[in-house]
Amino acid sequence: MQAIIEVAGLRKRFGRTLALDGMSFTVPPGQVTGFVGPNGAGKSTTMRVILGLDGADEGHALIGGQPYTSLRNPLTHVGALLDAGAFQPGRTARNHLLWLARSQGLGGGRVDEVLRQVGMGSVSRRRVGGFSLGMRQRLGIAVALLGDPPVLMLDEPVNGLDPEGVVWMRGFLRSLAGEGRAVLVSSHLMSELEGTADRLVVVGRGRVIADAGVADLIATASRGRVVVRTAACSEAVSVLGRAGATMVVTDRDTVVVSGLPSERVVAVLNAGGLPFSEVAAHRVTLEQAYMDLTADVVEYRGAAG
Amino acid sequence: MSVLSRCSEPRVERGGFGWLLRAEWVKFRTVRGWVVTMAAAASVIVLLGLLSASGDHASCGSGSVEVVCPSPLVGPGGEAVDDKFFFVRRSLVGDGGITVRLVSMTGQIRKPDVTPGQRNVVSGVVPWAKAGVMIKESVRQGSVYAAVMMTGEHGVRMQHNFTHDVAGRPGGVSRRSPRWLRLTRVGDTLTGDESVDGVRWVQVGTVTLTGLPRTVQIGMFATSPGDLTVTQGDLGGSVAAARFTEVTGEFDRVELRGDVSGVWRDDDVGVTVAPDGSAHHPGRAGRSGGAFSVTGVGDIAPAVEGPTSERPLGGALVGLILVIVVAVMFVTAEYRHGLIRVTLLAGPCRGRMLAAKALVLGLVTFAVALPAVAVAFTVGGWILRGNGNAVLPVSPLTQVRIVVGMAALFALAAVLSLALGALLRRSVAAVVAAVAVIVVPHVLATTSVLPDGAAQWLLRLTPAAGFAAQQSIPQYAHVLGHYAPIAGFYPLPPWAGLVVLAGYTVLAFGVAVLRLRRRDA
Repeated sequence: MQAIIEVAGLRKRFGRTLALDGMSFTVPPGQVTGFVGPNGAGKSTTMRVILGLDGADEGHALIGGQPYTSLRNPLTHVGALLDAGAFQPGRTARNHLLWLARSQGLGGGRVDEVLRQVGMGSVSRRRVGGFSLGMRQRLGIAVALLGDPPVLMLDEPVNGLDPEGVVWMRGFLRSLAGEGRAVLVSSHLMSELEGTADRLVVVGRGRVIADAGVADLIATASRGRVVVRTAACSEAVSVLGRAGATMVVTDRDTVVVSGLPSERVVAVLNAGGLPFSEVAAHRVTLEQAYMDLTADVVEYRGAAG
Repeated sequence: MSVLSRCSEPRVERGGFGWLLRAEWVKFRTVRGWVVTMAAAASVIVLLGLLSASGDHASCGSGSVEVVCPSPLVGPGGEAVDDKFFFVRRSLVGDGGITVRLVSMTGQIRKPDVTPGQRNVVSGVVPWAKAGVMIKESVRQGSVYAAVMMTGEHGVRMQHNFTHDVAGRPGGVSRRSPRWLRLTRVGDTLTGDESVDGVRWVQVGTVTLTGLPRTVQIGMFATSPGDLTVTQGDLGGSVAAARFTEVTGEFDRVELRGDVSGVWRDDDVGVTVAPDGSAHHPGRAGRSGGAFSVTGVGDIAPAVEGPTSERPLGGALVGLILVIVVAVMFVTAEYRHGLIRVTLLAGPCRGRMLAAKALVLGLVTFAVALPAVAVAFTVGGWILRGNGNAVLPVSPLTQVRIVVGMAALFALAAVLSLALGALLRRSVAAVVAAVAVIVVPHVLATTSVLPDGAAQWLLRLTPAAGFAAQQSIPQYAHVLGHYAPIAGFYPLPPWAGLVVLAGYTVLAFGVAVLRLRRRDA
């Protein structure tokens, strides 16, 4: 089976709310694909449609060319982490994995293997009811890895992890992609994906608003802007304005210039005899790029907006 | 409405469903609460059964002396029988027969006293009063026989060995329209005929009595069962009472064929003997010329009253409630903890997933209930008999049917509860619903709450019909009895009762699968 997720034209309505509005994207193998968007953008619904848990009104979602529900021993094709609380509290971690293993024709040996892999070997015979959120999250990862699947879908996997756990998770996701798996990781916080994701699928209001490599996304968001640091701020604004640039003064001595390449900016400033301490390409953070992209699709803004 | 993509079944699926079964079994055995509750259900079935049997004592008095109750009289088929009648008979060696003309059937019935202390006796014949001719192995009670008779209200019948009854033509007898009856033996085959004029004969039936000795008793008999009155209880339910009756048959034109030896002898077969040695409600016979008058009290029929062997299974209801709780939780716990989504990821074919769950639960319940019911039934039966109860005997096959049938009832009820749990998705609501449709109708029907008719309808129409599996003594069309749920008689045969329960189970399961398929998880 090809390690690839294809989502095409998914549309789904919950009553009067349009949850998915033509959602389409592809998750390729060997990469970590970040699936980001504000709360309510349709991330979880999309994942549930891919996994055959929810139905879609239109469109289709395929894994290696097949719908999830027609996969034989699906856990050996796709590993998913949806809800870290989905356990019977009275069952031990090992028994939870054991019934899942049995359902796929796998043995108890594989269970012990994944427990070690997520660092839970020592608590495997404890009841899940007494676990912290972080331990449950690790157990959820173990569930996803149980069938050694080529495709992984993780919904908010770092939720509830302590800082050490977050670092562990990032390295873990990278190594999974490094093994050639297709990894789809959703998050509503961009910072969680910085340094982890190779690609981003940014969604808002049920559709994809950007689908690109992380570097491209930042470059696009930077849009060739130039930062000028100068003591003669107002003079710089007037000469650059005459040269045809658009500017935003972001600080007492900082101007972000658009519309002129950096060499022209340097030339204009030199021609005007204006001193400057720095002229550099403006690089937005991933977070900033994301904020720009989703600015008009955020459904629930904080009061401070 | 969104469409969930249906699971497309691979044509050849090796292991798939078996793996789902194993997964569900691991799920079941790894929640300690469920295992403990199931074990508790088994213990409750056994302990309540043994406890109720231990508290059930019976003793029989002979005057002021307490004696051990006699074990019940059994017929050739092993079932408990009544065999009490007046017999005017001779010995017949080899083949032969008897022909008589029955010219009248009269009798008296004791009705409830109108004036206290004053016997209120009216003349009349009860519907199943019998007078006719009989060939019987011997005068020993319970021995093999066949008889052709006129009854009070059910016309001519041919009966043999207590449980078998064949209807002849209807009608009664009087001096103006007498009835001729004939019974003929050829080897082991006995043939009954009747006629209204002694010329044109109609065969009533022919039966084979295996093991009939060469020498048998042949003659005329009369017997009349107690008059059964069922009164409505004040709080619903009903009270049955039987009062003394007797019947007198007048015979003439008695004709015997074959090697008949000796003289006519009278026998009051099975008459009750009072402590002072005198007979209680004796029968009698008179003879003048060729005419015979035979008066009898009693019945020749299977016994339908008395302590039954399923009595120790009364505690099963409590065990059943515990099973229902576990069955419901087996699925509602998954909804409560969101585990259902993990389950559906592992087995996306929803119908098959629920089928695996139902099958595991059904098998586990059956495996738990079978030994528990077997112990309660068997050991409870020993205790009952040990305490002097004359438990009505039943055949080994019936015993197996009761034990296996009750285990099947448990298994079906568990699956029905599971289906209700999958439909309602909430533990409390589903437990209440399951108890309301399985347990409550049975309780209402078998306690003094509802009139007999309403109780019977409940046990026909609700899943509680399955409790018919435990009925050990069948209902006989030719024996007047108080066949009401309160007396342990179910309106449906055991298998039909289980079929009704199975029908509800399949229905609920089907609706649960449809619902599961249509809804987002």
